[in-house]
Amino acid sequence: MAEKAIMKGNEALAEAALRAGCRFFSGYPITPQTEVLEYLSWRMSEVGGELIQTEDELTGLHMLIGASLAGSRVLSTSAGPGFALFHEGISYICGCEIPAVLVDVQRVGGACGGISASQGDYEEVTHGGGNGDSQYVVLTPASVQEEVDMMKEAYEIAEKYRNPVVILTDAIIGQMMEGITLPDFADIDIDKFDYTYKELKDGEDGIQRGGYPGQGFPAYAAHMGAKYKAMKEAEQRWENIEVSDADVVCVAYGISSRVCKEAVRKARAKGIKLGLIRLITAWPFPEKAFAEINPDCKGLLAVEMSIKGQMVPDIKLATKCNMPVYGYFSLDVVPDADVVVETAEKIIAGTCEEV
Amino acid sequence: MAIKKFEIPELLKDKPSHGACQGCGHGICWRIIYEVVEELGYKNKHVIFHDLACGSHGLFATHGHAFSGAHGRAIPTATGYKRIRPDMLVFSYAGDGATYNIGMQHTVHTAARNENITAIVVNNTNFGMTGGQMSATSLIGQKTTSSPAGRDSKENGNPIDIVNLYHGMDIAYLARGAVDSVPNINKTKNYIRKAFQKQMAGEGFSLVEILAPCPTNWNLTPAAALDRMENEIFKIYTLGEFIERSAK
Repeated sequence: MAEKAIMKGNEALAEAALRAGCRFFSGYPITPQTEVLEYLSWRMSEVGGELIQTEDELTGLHMLIGASLAGSRVLSTSAGPGFALFHEGISYICGCEIPAVLVDVQRVGGACGGISASQGDYEEVTHGGGNGDSQYVVLTPASVQEEVDMMKEAYEIAEKYRNPVVILTDAIIGQMMEGITLPDFADIDIDKFDYTYKELKDGEDGIQRGGYPGQGFPAYAAHMGAKYKAMKEAEQRWENIEVSDADVVCVAYGISSRVCKEAVRKARAKGIKLGLIRLITAWPFPEKAFAEINPDCKGLLAVEMSIKGQMVPDIKLATKCNMPVYGYFSLDVVPDADVVVETAEKIIAGTCEEV
Repeated sequence: MAIKKFEIPELLKDKPSHGACQGCGHGICWRIIYEVVEELGYKNKHVIFHDLACGSHGLFATHGHAFSGAHGRAIPTATGYKRIRPDMLVFSYAGDGATYNIGMQHTVHTAARNENITAIVVNNTNFGMTGGQMSATSLIGQKTTSSPAGRDSKENGNPIDIVNLYHGMDIAYLARGAVDSVPNINKTKNYIRKAFQKQMAGEGFSLVEILAPCPTNWNLTPAAALDRMENEIFKIYTLGEFIERSAK
């Protein structure tokens, strides 16, 4: 039965995965995602699933491949430096067409960086993929409830396309507690799909496949190309807030988008027409959301916790470079709603520099 | 006197040639593995997890379930599968490079967890598919394309012997066989059988290393490659059973 709870983001995400039918987790501790591993290390066995604390992050992904081939819904989670080790496995999960859900609880900085919140993994996660044309849907929750709700959706997308789905969240959403409604437990049949490896009947041939296409590369390219195109068309998700009459439209995701929502309220109270496009998918980038912007809009304001403003190229492509793009980038602190409003005022006054 | 008729395993019948080089040991390994799979009654209830490289030529040589994952990751992929479907016979099939070089962390930690799977490791003392480079098991003095003057312990480090590495490990079974001669092939087949039986009895992790010839990359004729095994390799990598946990 659906129930209400107050939970930390990482623990709520873990519980939501179990309720979505996940029965296999393999992963490695790293701040700020460690609570997922810790929570599941006692909770997974209660629901009859399997958990392995692995020797490193990349191992976790190769274990997922085996467990997913067996028919289970599978999960691995990491953060920044650990997610970097996911890329070998991500390429295999894409290339071998295996459903899996992965999570990056973003932390600050390159190299080791630090353990506080940031949004510096955008490019790595949405465009980094793995070697050789791998691509996957990236979901960007902005609250603990949304992390919970996205779990079920993530598994459905993963199974629809036989492809990984990554939930790109951050240290603040992962670490903060919020009131949530948890969904009911889903029943998952591990024999449901014909591509899983199960006991054969007499005379039945098994499945023989691996990390190189049995059908040859031209046929593989056509198949994967059509799949990625279908994902790009069907899976764009976004939330537009007061966009149609806006003079300035913020573009943000995750924790930054919550600040932008507050900024829209504050700006509107002052008579400034500010709007927000909140990404719910970072890939496919929600290009369709930009159709609502009015032609007299003065510019788009990318609000992101990073150094480079990693969303900016995607925003420019979504608008075919037809609109000025400005940036407010706060690497390791949550953006300030008042600074967002001030920046919007400067954009309207023509005193802000484009990025 | 009864005459034993040797039949190719059903699992390998009417499949394309596996594509291994002349004198390679992989073909014999697959033959005895699938004989054991069928003799133990797991024809319909097994999955082989291949590595890449030469060993994965066997991917399409079987009618059974087979998957070829990333280089060095066959053991964790097999682990994930077995945890979900414990009733299936699950084994990895990889070389010395995969198991003792790039995948060594799995080789250690899978044994530490005593995962209930079997790892079959075909050790031909070099990276065969990429053209005969030095691997963890290349012998001191062995000339490879990446140790052209012969492996030198100061320059290249020392070979790794799984028997020494697993010393004291609480696993179900560790054995080393070879496919150079009929007696050794028969012994190796028995090691594989024992490993599979222990897995299906839930005793935990088993590793069977199989020493195999690689005449192509050793720059030897198939016959001379077998001589090298007997004269050089068996002196360093001794054959036999090394760890055997008795059933509960």
